[in-house]
Amino acid sequence: MATEARQMFDTEELVINMGPQHPSTHGVLRVVLRLDGEKVVSSDVIIGYLHRGIEKLSENRNWTQIILLTDRMDYVAAATNNVGYCQTVEKLMQIEVPRRARYVRTALCELQRIASHCLWLGTHAMDIGAMTVFLYAFRERELILDLFEEYCGARLTYNSMRIGGLPLDIPVGWDKKVLEFCSIMAEKVDEYEELLTHNRIWLERTKGIGVITAEQAIAIGLSGPPLRGSGVTKDARKDEPYAAYDEMKFDVPIGTAGDTYDRYLVRLEEFRQSIRIIRQAIEGLPEGPIVGKVPRLIKPPAGETYHAIESPKGEIGYFIVSDGKSTNPYRFRVRPPSFCNLQALPQLIKGHMLADVVALIGSLDVVLGEVDR
Amino acid sequence: MIDTYFIPLVKILFVLNATLIAVTYMVLLERKVIAWVQVRLGPMRVGPYGILQPIADAVKLILKEDITPARADKWVFTAAPILVMVPALITFAVIPFGPSVHLFGRDIPLYITDVNVGLLYIVSVASIGVYGIILGGWASNSKFPLLASLRASAQLISYEVAVTMTLVSLIMTAGSLSMVKIVESQFNAGLWFIFVQPVAFVLFFIGGLAETNRAPFDMAEAEQELTGGFHTEYSGMRFALFFLAEYANMIVVSAVATTLFLGGWLAPFPNVAWLNVLELIPSWMWFLMKTFAFLYVFLWVRATLPRYRYDQLMRLGWKVLIPIAIANVVVTGIVKVLF
Repeated sequence: MATEARQMFDTEELVINMGPQHPSTHGVLRVVLRLDGEKVVSSDVIIGYLHRGIEKLSENRNWTQIILLTDRMDYVAAATNNVGYCQTVEKLMQIEVPRRARYVRTALCELQRIASHCLWLGTHAMDIGAMTVFLYAFRERELILDLFEEYCGARLTYNSMRIGGLPLDIPVGWDKKVLEFCSIMAEKVDEYEELLTHNRIWLERTKGIGVITAEQAIAIGLSGPPLRGSGVTKDARKDEPYAAYDEMKFDVPIGTAGDTYDRYLVRLEEFRQSIRIIRQAIEGLPEGPIVGKVPRLIKPPAGETYHAIESPKGEIGYFIVSDGKSTNPYRFRVRPPSFCNLQALPQLIKGHMLADVVALIGSLDVVLGEVDR
Repeated sequence: MIDTYFIPLVKILFVLNATLIAVTYMVLLERKVIAWVQVRLGPMRVGPYGILQPIADAVKLILKEDITPARADKWVFTAAPILVMVPALITFAVIPFGPSVHLFGRDIPLYITDVNVGLLYIVSVASIGVYGIILGGWASNSKFPLLASLRASAQLISYEVAVTMTLVSLIMTAGSLSMVKIVESQFNAGLWFIFVQPVAFVLFFIGGLAETNRAPFDMAEAEQELTGGFHTEYSGMRFALFFLAEYANMIVVSAVATTLFLGGWLAPFPNVAWLNVLELIPSWMWFLMKTFAFLYVFLWVRATLPRYRYDQLMRLGWKVLIPIAIANVVVTGIVKVLF
């Protein structure tokens, strides 16, 4: 409503409190919205409801115990968190990881990416009202959880990496099951696309919603699919290859408009690229040991390091300072992609309708466990 | 005496109870159909294949604590669910389930009454139901329900215009407002009106989805944004009334659509002689079959489509549906005059 009209009718803005208990804030995010009718005038994003002090806790645990704390940050992508942390410590200690372990890590990371994107797709579509996609996506996520369960025994918090390699070799026949899953998943991605990509209502709800230009995205510090949706080719898997990504062939999909629809397309293409990577990693799996030369007592030399990898949500980086004397880190700090991506929310939802707020929270794909840590 | 009081009373009781049972089983049907679409089983625990689930639900809702929020407007808060439910039920008074049947030496028509403004009655009664939603959201004295009731009122009012305009063209074709006469004129034409007025049928279907607050137009409930919408603050039986009224309205829309467009109790192509075998199936069965087929589409749509946004929905209503409806009236008029 125009300003004069508002004065004439003596209207007020409505302040509503979305969350921390709200079905569509993906956990315990709280957004205080000031609405003009249904239009968002401004918003405050309030976080911290799931803060467990993981970084501080880590400074009082030994280096191996921290792996299981990293599970609890982005709890829908525990494997990539594990890999990121283990690689940081390996970098600090200059441990060479055997090739077989690097291949399995790659496969697990990509399986994890598919599982995380399944969860994203399901909840995002559900926020926009397409509830069937939610169950379809969870059906496939279940298959991945089964694969993880067979590999390490856990379905959510895997604790599936060790410094210097892997805790376990892959079970007999596991590789065949993974390849089988790949062929199932390739079909199912088409099924999701059939339901949504050309759906008129889906297009109306996502096209032009929450546009963020490449410059803005970089200025805010976005990473992962939200950044690539704006047309920036930045992917740690390509730019600074870790694990076995330098030996894999894959493309990094990017969007053009930087709206919700492009972020959706980018993630859907990532499903396909992940399947491609998993196939290469499993088919080309080399023989050999699964753990490198790791001392009994893990005690990195004094120094600091930062290492970042591409998690399903974006760039997850670990900054670790070791004093070289104790068996725990002196300082432990995480650069969580969800936290940095969430910064874009107030800017994205400004001027949009209330219904778009939930669509945009879904589009950023944040996990509150990782935002608050 | 028997004809004026007893028979109508029995019919009213029968229709009312049958409707309420149909409504509760509609809930189960919806859960089952959507579950099948989503490769699930749906309710399976209460009774074989979950067929007793509605009874369990009803018992649960009756036993639930009935909470009135401290700052709610008590009277309006109580009246709102009633105001939603009652119009949905009394609409059935004019819906013809079939022609007369011969029972106990009397001709008993299979409808409660046949008023000569039947369609007008349905349209006006249906619009009363909106008040329940508006008042319910308003009286809750809570922000999410308030937003939802604003959405609901805007949506229902704008879609009522489209639906009513659509009905005008149908009335022109049928030449009557009486529901029974409309079916009879379809018999005389030898053709269901869906073939005569296909555009009107599509418009009525879309408008029907919007008027019953069903997906993809379920803005007023929009669980994801408004956490349940206008009935957020309701609990127990009062919530159940809102909940059931939605299904009752779905049945009303389906029954009206069946009567107006799908030939009511008539078998397909009633004038074709060699299709007379179809009339072995009793007329009321035809009516119920068509109504349920229509209801199934409601559920199917809900399982498939995402939700429109509030402003897009209004745009669709005012800028697309209403102009098409008006054009349809004009074309119908021209055709009527020329032929």
